[in-house]
Amino acid sequence: MSQYLDFEKPIAELHNKISELREYSTDNVDFTSEIQKFEKKAERLKKEIYSNLTRWQRTQLARHAERPYTLDYIERIFTDWFEIHGDRNYRDDPALVCGFARIDGQPCCVIGHQKGRNTKEKVHRNFGMPNPEGYRKALRVMQLAEQFRLPIFTFVDTPGAFPGIGAEERGQAEAIARNLREMATLTVPVIVTVTGEGGSGGALAIAVGNRVLMMQYSVYAVISPEGCAAILWNDGSKGPQAAEALKLTAQDVDSLKTVIDDIVPEPSGGAHQNPIEAAATLKQYLLKHLNELLEYSPEGLVEQRYQRFRAMTEIEED
Amino acid sequence: MVWFRKKKSLTASVEKKNVQVPEGVWTKCKNCQEIIYCKEIERNFNVCPKCDYHFRIGARERIDLIIDAGTFVEMDAKMRSVDFLDFKDSKKYKERIKAAVKKAGDGDAVICGEGQLDGLPVVVAVFDFSFMGGSMGSVVGEKITRAIEKGLETQAPVLIFSSSGGARMQESILSLMQMAKTSAALARLKAAGIPFISVLTDPTTGGVTASFAMLGDLNIAEPRALIGFAGPRVIEQTIRQTLPEGFQRSEYLLEHGMVDMIVKRQEMKKSLSQILRIFTRS
Repeated sequence: MSQYLDFEKPIAELHNKISELREYSTDNVDFTSEIQKFEKKAERLKKEIYSNLTRWQRTQLARHAERPYTLDYIERIFTDWFEIHGDRNYRDDPALVCGFARIDGQPCCVIGHQKGRNTKEKVHRNFGMPNPEGYRKALRVMQLAEQFRLPIFTFVDTPGAFPGIGAEERGQAEAIARNLREMATLTVPVIVTVTGEGGSGGALAIAVGNRVLMMQYSVYAVISPEGCAAILWNDGSKGPQAAEALKLTAQDVDSLKTVIDDIVPEPSGGAHQNPIEAAATLKQYLLKHLNELLEYSPEGLVEQRYQRFRAMTEIEED
Repeated sequence: MVWFRKKKSLTASVEKKNVQVPEGVWTKCKNCQEIIYCKEIERNFNVCPKCDYHFRIGARERIDLIIDAGTFVEMDAKMRSVDFLDFKDSKKYKERIKAAVKKAGDGDAVICGEGQLDGLPVVVAVFDFSFMGGSMGSVVGEKITRAIEKGLETQAPVLIFSSSGGARMQESILSLMQMAKTSAALARLKAAGIPFISVLTDPTTGGVTASFAMLGDLNIAEPRALIGFAGPRVIEQTIRQTLPEGFQRSEYLLEHGMVDMIVKRQEMKKSLSQILRIFTRS
């Protein structure tokens, strides 16, 4: 049974009706034409609802409990995947997975935030919120990729870096900052995809890429709508208003021209409605950008990445 | 028979501590509650002469304390923030910028320029917390990046005095990107072998800590400054525990290996001069 968000309720009702009709269908009673009618209606309703989502609804879609996570994409896009663990300093962070694989036969490095599906897994993955050791592991693995001249794919899906006592003591800020600086110097292609939630510095710490893509229903912002509401409205429940103000959808971010390179279309109703199709589409986009970047020299990649971020400025000057 | 009686006037004089202090001439220290002559605090670098509490100071005052008189040449003074998202909370961002510029008399939350520190040429960027909480949007990110690039161009050491609540929410994703932009510029400075000293003052949190402020060749903190990634309130709400004593203060960060040293404001210039002369072999 699928999980539906509030705004998906009308679609859910139609789907229920359809499955009921199927159940009641026997050799004697034929509901085929009714079922077809309802299916058509559901399709129309879906189009209508998903093309008119508010920014808050899109945020909920980006956080959907059934949305494909990094390991789901890895399974469907890459072959020969093996995960490696640990920052060689403190511990392994299951909220950030790192490893190596092949895409269309080309060896590469893969890094991404990882959320859990059930309660136990969610706790194990810390709801996709890395600690400093996660970011340090990611940097270690990215530098390994550079050593072996392998392109890097990263998948961003986190509410943010974990705000905890241990995280602060072990230098959450320093770990993120160092990744930003060191990713800027990598001499191999870095292709970033925001698949779900792009939550602030915790997202950016693996997102300094030559290319940055956003999935159609992903979001990317400086702070979560709830966090923003708590600070600016003094009321954490004003998330919907904050989401509107933050302009955090893929389309919003794309309209700034400098921040992302492509929006990856999702199946109707979001990636979780058809994870296989979502992964296949994403793979085409990843390969397209990889092939473009393979033309660059190592120094060219560093320069292109630097200029990409250097251009992100909206100011007034006399 | 009672030999000594407490005189009424004695208790009254103790209670005087809670009396409102007339502003301008005398002030009450936020930390030790002592009432002190304002001029005395000013003479003491805006540090409480009784308990060493470091009052927050503005960017211009800080520049006067660090840079040799008459040598400061400001850069990008006319750069202004733009409300390109039409951001509105209880107030429009446009209005907030206008009000902040009027109040501070400066264009944004950081002031940058070239100058001399004990005769040594430096590039300096100083935050002003009173300008929208020292928050970093496009203007702050761009000014910091240009300051770093100026250091690259002139081979002068770069000093950044941070005091900021983090990235500016009103510029959403573009504020976040300033973290990457400034950090990338620092990678170039590092590769060129030019010193970058980050001085963290009260308070430095969020996206500023998680980018250039933690990337100093040396990270120096003023005493008892609040320095962290997440704010203490956010952490408390997330983990539902009270925070340990002194958590996220300079001394705590020193103990946990996140800053190289704590330097009092009165000694900051002398220390920086000593460090930079060693790093630049001059």
